[in-house]
Amino acid sequence: MAENKTRLLQGNEAIVEGAIAAGCRFFAGYPITPATEIAEGMSVKLPIVDGTFVQMEDEIGSMGAIIGASLAGVKSMTATSGPGFSLMQENLGFACISEVPCVIANIMRGGPSTGLPTNTAQGDVMQMRWGTHGDHPIIVLCPYSVEECFSVTLKAFNLSERYRVPVIITTDEVVAHMREKITLPPASSLEIIDRVRPNVPPDWFIPFEDNSLGVPPMSVFGDGYRYHVTGLVHDVRGFPTSKPDEVDGLIRRLHRKIDKGQGYIQEGEHFLTDDAEVVILAYGSIGRTAKQAAILARENGQKVGVFRPITLWPFMRKAVVDILKNVRAVIVPEMNMGQYSREVKRVDQGYARIITLNKVNGQVITPEEILKKLKEVY
Amino acid sequence: MPEYTRLIHQYLRHDKKFPHVWCPGCGNGILLGSLIRAIHKTGLSKDDIVLVSGIGCSGRLPVYVDFNTVHTTHGRALTFATGIKLANPALHVIVIMGDGDSMAIGGNHFIHAARRNIDVTAIILNNSIYGMTGGQYSPTTPYGMKASTAVYTSIEQSFKISELAVTAGAVFVGRGTVYHAKFLDGLIEKAIEKKGFSVVEAITHCHTQYGRQNRLGSAVDMMKWQRDSAVPLEKAAKMSEKELEGKIVTGILVDKDLPIYDKEYKKLRERAKGKA
Repeated sequence: MAENKTRLLQGNEAIVEGAIAAGCRFFAGYPITPATEIAEGMSVKLPIVDGTFVQMEDEIGSMGAIIGASLAGVKSMTATSGPGFSLMQENLGFACISEVPCVIANIMRGGPSTGLPTNTAQGDVMQMRWGTHGDHPIIVLCPYSVEECFSVTLKAFNLSERYRVPVIITTDEVVAHMREKITLPPASSLEIIDRVRPNVPPDWFIPFEDNSLGVPPMSVFGDGYRYHVTGLVHDVRGFPTSKPDEVDGLIRRLHRKIDKGQGYIQEGEHFLTDDAEVVILAYGSIGRTAKQAAILARENGQKVGVFRPITLWPFMRKAVVDILKNVRAVIVPEMNMGQYSREVKRVDQGYARIITLNKVNGQVITPEEILKKLKEVY
Repeated sequence: MPEYTRLIHQYLRHDKKFPHVWCPGCGNGILLGSLIRAIHKTGLSKDDIVLVSGIGCSGRLPVYVDFNTVHTTHGRALTFATGIKLANPALHVIVIMGDGDSMAIGGNHFIHAARRNIDVTAIILNNSIYGMTGGQYSPTTPYGMKASTAVYTSIEQSFKISELAVTAGAVFVGRGTVYHAKFLDGLIEKAIEKKGFSVVEAITHCHTQYGRQNRLGSAVDMMKWQRDSAVPLEKAAKMSEKELEGKIVTGILVDKDLPIYDKEYKKLRERAKGKA
C-alpha cells in the first residue's frame, strides 16, 4: 500500500479499516443494530491479515474475549450498541483495573432498553463515562465523519496501548451508516503505538510498579514473565490486597496516568471561533449540523462558531472554559436530555450563558433548529 | 527432599503471601495438588500455561501457582480463556470454576465454549454451594437440601454438570472426587492433553457452609461420603436409576474428536486468502 486509496465507505466500514491499520488482529462481538457492519467487516478482513474473528454468545463474552486476547498480546476490539454496551460494563471495569488495552466501538441508538434500534441518539454519553462501577478514568472518542472514523479508531488503539486502558469510540447511527468519500492513507504514513514491554529479566519484573508515566510495562502471556492478573484491587506484584495505602496507590495511579496525559489525549475542532460571540458546542453527527448552522448564521451577520470535542472523556475542561470566557453564549445541541451540557454548566461558573437544545425523538437536529435557538441570543 | 516438596518449590509462587484463603479441610487444596501433579506429568513449561479462574473460593486458586494467571469476573472465565487461546493457540489454557460460577452466571458461556470446541480445559470444583458468600444454594444443590437462601430446603432440581458438558459437545468429560485424588490426577492429565474442549468435574465438599447447614459432619465425614458414594461408570451402567440416587458416578463420560476452533480457523484463513 504505497499510494493513497480513495474509497466510498460507511462510518462503520471506516472503523474496520482504521482498526486493521492500527494493528487490531482480534475481534469478538455479537450482532446488534446499528453496529453489526463492524462485526461483518471484521469477519471478512481479519482472517486475511492472520487475525481472528469470533462471534460470541453475548456482549459479556465478547468483552471477556477481547481482554483475554489482549493479555495474550494481540490488539483487540469489539463493537456494539446501547443494550450490548450495558452488558459489557462489568468486564469494561476489569480492563480498567487490570490495565488491559482494548477498544470498544459503541454505536449509539435510542434508549433506554431496546429503545429505537434503527434511529439515532446520543444518550450514552454518561453511560460511557460512568457505566462501570467504581472510580475509574475513561477515554471516549467521538468522530463526526467517515474520514474521522478511520483516524479516530487508529488513535483509540494508540491511546489504549500507550496508557494500558480500554478506549471507547462512539458514533451515533447517522455517522455509522452514512457514506462519504475517504482517502485511506498508506500504512507507512501512520503512527502506530504498541504497548511498552518489560526489558528487565523476568525475576526483576514487578508487573504493576509505578513509573513516571504511571503506566507499567506490560508482558504478554507466554513470553516468560509469568504474573497474576486480577479484577481485585492488587499490589504492585498483582496480588490481591486490601491494605489502605496499597488500595489508594492503585486507584490514584489509574487516575493520574490519564490526568497527566490529557494534553495528549484530548482533541477538538475549532470552527470559526476566533471572533465568535456565540459558540455551538456539538459532537458526533450534530457537529455537522452545527457547522452548517454557523455558516448560515454568519450570512445573517451573526458571529457564530463551533467547538467540536472529539475527545468526549476526559471532559475537555480547559478548552471549554477558554471558550466560555470569550463568548456571550454557548449553545449545546445534543440528541439526549442534556448529558454533555451538564458538564459544560458544571465548569461554567457564570462566564457565559448556556443554552441547551435537546432532541430525543430519534431524528437528527437540523441547522434550522439551532438557528431558532440563536434567536434567544440575537 | 520428598516429591511433594519439590513440586511445591517448582510450582507455587514463592513471592505470594500465604496462608491461602480456604478453610482448613477444604477440598480446593486437594484439587490444586492434583492439578500441579497432572501438569508436572505433562511436562509442559510454566511459561506456556495460562490458568484462568472466575469468582468464588475456586477463583482464588490461580494466584498461588507460578503460571500466567488470570482471576477474571464471575462466570466469565471461559470467555477470557477463549480470547487467550484464539490469540495464541500455542498456549495451554486451563480454566478453574466453581459450580455457581460455571453453571449459573457462566452457564451460557460454558455450553457455547463446549459447542465451539475451544481447545481449553475446564475444571469445575463442584461443592453444591456458594461458599465464599456464606452458603447460598447453587445450581448443583440437590433438591431438599438446605442453604442460607434455602432454609426451608431447596425446591429446585440440580444440574448434572458432566452430563450437561457431554450434551453441549465437550470432547472429553471426566468426573472424580477430591477423595479419589490419584484418580483425579489422571483425569486432569488426560483432559489437559486432550485437544478440544475438555471438562473435569471434581466433586468436593464445603463442610463450612453446605456441611454445617445440612448436618453432614466434618470435612473428613464429607470425604468419607465421597468415598462411599462414588460408583465407577462401568458399574453404574448396570445399576437402576433408583439405585444411583445420591451416588457420584465417576469416570470418563466421553472421549471423542471434533473439529477444533483454532485449527478450523487456520483453515478458514487460507480460504479467506484464496489459497485453499
